[in-house]
Amino acid sequence: MSAVEIAAAVRSGERRAIDVLEEHLARIDEREGQIHAFNTVLADDARAAADAVDAAVAAGGDPGPLAGVPIALKDNLCTRGVPTTCSSRILEHWKPPYDATVVSRLRAAGALIVGKTNLDEFAMGSSTENSAFGPTRNPHDLSRVPGGSSGGSAAAVAAGFATLGLGSDTGGSIRQPASLCGVVGAKPTYGAVSRYGLVAFASSLDQIGPFATTVEDAALLLSTIAGHDPCDSTSIARPFPDLRSGIDGGVDGLRVGIVEELTDVEGITDEVRDAVEAAGRALEKDGARVDRVSLPSSAYALSAYYLIAPAEASSNLARYDGVRYGLRVDAPDVETMNASTRDDGFGAEVKRRIMLGTYALSAGYYDAYYGQAQRVRTLIVRDFARAYERFDVLLAPTSPTVAFEVGARTADPLAMYLSDVCTIPSNLSGDPAISVPWGAVDGLPIGVQVLAPALQEALMFRVARAVEAVAP
Amino acid sequence: MSSETNVRHPAEGTSSPSTAWEPVIGLEVHVELATATKLFCGCRNEFGAPPNTHVCPVCLGLPGALPVLNEKAVELALRLGTALQFTMPEQSIFHRKNYFYPDMPKNFQTSQYDEPICLQGVIDVDGTTVRITRAHLEEDTGKSLHVGGGGRIHDADHSLVDYNRAGVPLLEIVSEPDIFSAEQARAYVTELRATLLALGVSDVKMEEGSMRVDANVSIRRTGTSELGTRTEIKNMNSIRSVQRAIEYEITRQIEVLEDGGRVVQETRHWNEVDSRTHSMRSKEEAYDYRYFPEPDLVPVAPSVELRERVRAALPELPGAARARLVADWGISEHDARVVLDVPGLARFVQATVGALKAGTPRDVVNWATGEVLAHVNEAGVAVDELTLAPDALAELVALVAGGTINRNQAKEVLAEALRAGSRPAAIVEARGLAQESDTDALGASIDAVLAAHPDVVADYRAGDDGVKKKKRGFLMGEMQKALKGRANGPVLAQLLDERLNA
Repeated sequence: MSAVEIAAAVRSGERRAIDVLEEHLARIDEREGQIHAFNTVLADDARAAADAVDAAVAAGGDPGPLAGVPIALKDNLCTRGVPTTCSSRILEHWKPPYDATVVSRLRAAGALIVGKTNLDEFAMGSSTENSAFGPTRNPHDLSRVPGGSSGGSAAAVAAGFATLGLGSDTGGSIRQPASLCGVVGAKPTYGAVSRYGLVAFASSLDQIGPFATTVEDAALLLSTIAGHDPCDSTSIARPFPDLRSGIDGGVDGLRVGIVEELTDVEGITDEVRDAVEAAGRALEKDGARVDRVSLPSSAYALSAYYLIAPAEASSNLARYDGVRYGLRVDAPDVETMNASTRDDGFGAEVKRRIMLGTYALSAGYYDAYYGQAQRVRTLIVRDFARAYERFDVLLAPTSPTVAFEVGARTADPLAMYLSDVCTIPSNLSGDPAISVPWGAVDGLPIGVQVLAPALQEALMFRVARAVEAVAP
Repeated sequence: MSSETNVRHPAEGTSSPSTAWEPVIGLEVHVELATATKLFCGCRNEFGAPPNTHVCPVCLGLPGALPVLNEKAVELALRLGTALQFTMPEQSIFHRKNYFYPDMPKNFQTSQYDEPICLQGVIDVDGTTVRITRAHLEEDTGKSLHVGGGGRIHDADHSLVDYNRAGVPLLEIVSEPDIFSAEQARAYVTELRATLLALGVSDVKMEEGSMRVDANVSIRRTGTSELGTRTEIKNMNSIRSVQRAIEYEITRQIEVLEDGGRVVQETRHWNEVDSRTHSMRSKEEAYDYRYFPEPDLVPVAPSVELRERVRAALPELPGAARARLVADWGISEHDARVVLDVPGLARFVQATVGALKAGTPRDVVNWATGEVLAHVNEAGVAVDELTLAPDALAELVALVAGGTINRNQAKEVLAEALRAGSRPAAIVEARGLAQESDTDALGASIDAVLAAHPDVVADYRAGDDGVKKKKRGFLMGEMQKALKGRANGPVLAQLLDERLNA
């Protein structure tokens, strides 16, 4: 059952939220041991929430648009009184005293939070292997990664542990695992969803977004969590549309551009390239005008991203020093305490990025690295603006490959970084993008990415819905 | 450190001891803004609350928390900017200043760097213009208390941190090196403080840390234009110590240079107890703050409406206010300064003058800056908290002007009025203090005293001017004694003279 169907059934009294929840908890009992999608399963809390929803329905009240829908939250979203670990030893036992804005909105909407999902530590990674608590496995093939960094949420939705999931996308961390796990995953326009309570990785790139099994479910979830939040200065101060109305409007007359550089990117498999071309042809058949488009600066997007994101991360992660919360390694003096805490508390990838970022921001290198990366970012914004003069939406692969074997890229950080080459440009531009499943090769899902101009989510979901409708 | 041992301590108030050298001084003044809440969250901005009672996820820098800029802080910065003729760009931005500091929850400070809210202002200091490079917004840090050992972090048993101050809005006001003596530095800080107070930008209480001054001091040969190596002096917590610390540092640097030494660029700490500056840390291992634009905040772009509102509501500045008081009330520049510099006093004096039925504004200022201010300081109350109402002081001034009581009596009456809050007229009535001005009554007393001292009267009449003066003084004293000090002095003197010279 989709989230739309569950919410309708629960709200009408046709199904009880607690029954919906128990079905999902049963699936967790059955397969979580193999998949390890969760850091924390919140069965009792979810049952209490389900009972509250059922009581509200029985009393004739409105339990909200996500009434009784089980949802899995990436473990970098603050949940009051519940561990929020970022899959890091340094926050292993930390319980925030507050809820992230998205979490408050989900609770108010009647959603049932079934657990906190595994991720690459502090959302740094593309395979969910960088978790301090062990990797998550791809539900389609346990020898493969689910993608990352939101691999836990993607796997939880793909395995039916939750109907919906939330992730965060800094360089593709929602879309890439969605693609590898065969579910829908979207990164909204920067500022459309409040980041308040999302543990920061790279503040100027991070966005929270939905996982779902259908485009419509993703639209429902995004519509619920989006909208202005006075607690986030970068949150856009205008009403966010209801993405489900008009979602079936089709693509007749729309101009669709296939991004050349991303479709011909180095290391892309034939199956993935074929999927994008096939999606384009299908949309053409539905009345869209499809052509190729160039984003010349996208060749530098990866390099710019791997300077900007670590630079911001090096600053955002400076607060984890053992002084106030989280892990503290006792030591005779404060410097040693800070250093030992960080040495024990952070994994290799996090340390690598802190060092990269510290270097990129340091005096004498700022202009050559961080400053240059920001200039590239401006060029990418211009590339997109130019492309959107001719096209309403763009098509691209989400991931150059299907899910790879666990351990295949862990020894080679640069190979791992290439996993995000198709998703990073829209993080740099701040524009929205969504990954929609498009068949599979040898049982391993492929995703196709639809990209749209800032705040054109309604259009983007309409096209995504059309892609979903014709997907193999 | 050896350079510190033989330094002579300059006497306070003296100018630099050598005319071969000229000090060049730039000042960095941090003021806490008078906002109700902190710079990036809704926690109370209040001094003296129990530790960690004004904190939230934002000012504690908890994971996931985000800053939201306090608009009032922007308005206050604009107020100073408008008053001191700063250029205020349409847009300013915040940067992150990255460094480790145990009191700083995020381990970076959100501050303004190369695009501050105010650029290039000026302030008139005793007729000289001092240029102000910039004024920028930033957040304050928390406060550590190191328990055990020497009270310092490295030998403490443990440390406690109070984050009430973390996130309090600061305005850092940086002058150009336009200041050439310790006295001028003192005058600059005094004028800036008065201006900030008049504008309501800060309560500028140096003892509570809401105004802190750092001084950059360098020395060069008089007549040259190149700047010497500078040191930065921190921890001056009164205007007096600003002057003393700078005087000390000027002398120290001159001695180093005259001994053929080299001034080391470093941060020095002013120790009030031994009246010296001490080396804190060398600047040679320069900090790398790794500034970059704060991605969690959007640019600060005050609306035209806000700028206009600030401009329209700008109060009179201290310089203009002083000139007005001097002209209108005939008081000295010094008294005008006191009236304007003590928080609440100008308002109090103005109200008293407004309620005057007899006497002059100058009388009001004398009482206000004398007895009233002494009481304020001794009792440790604010002017706004006085039990004495302005119209009560006006009443006292009128009682003196009308000759009902004399100055000495008025002092007693005022002391009681300040203590008990009673009205001066009622005190005079209750204590039977009204002066005797009735000529018949006074004449009878004079006659009685003259009759009791015929030899003195005889000496007076026979004596030269010196003798006359002495004998007359004696007789006046006896008469006041007989009248218990209640005689109207001038009337009494006139009546006495009439009789003695008859």
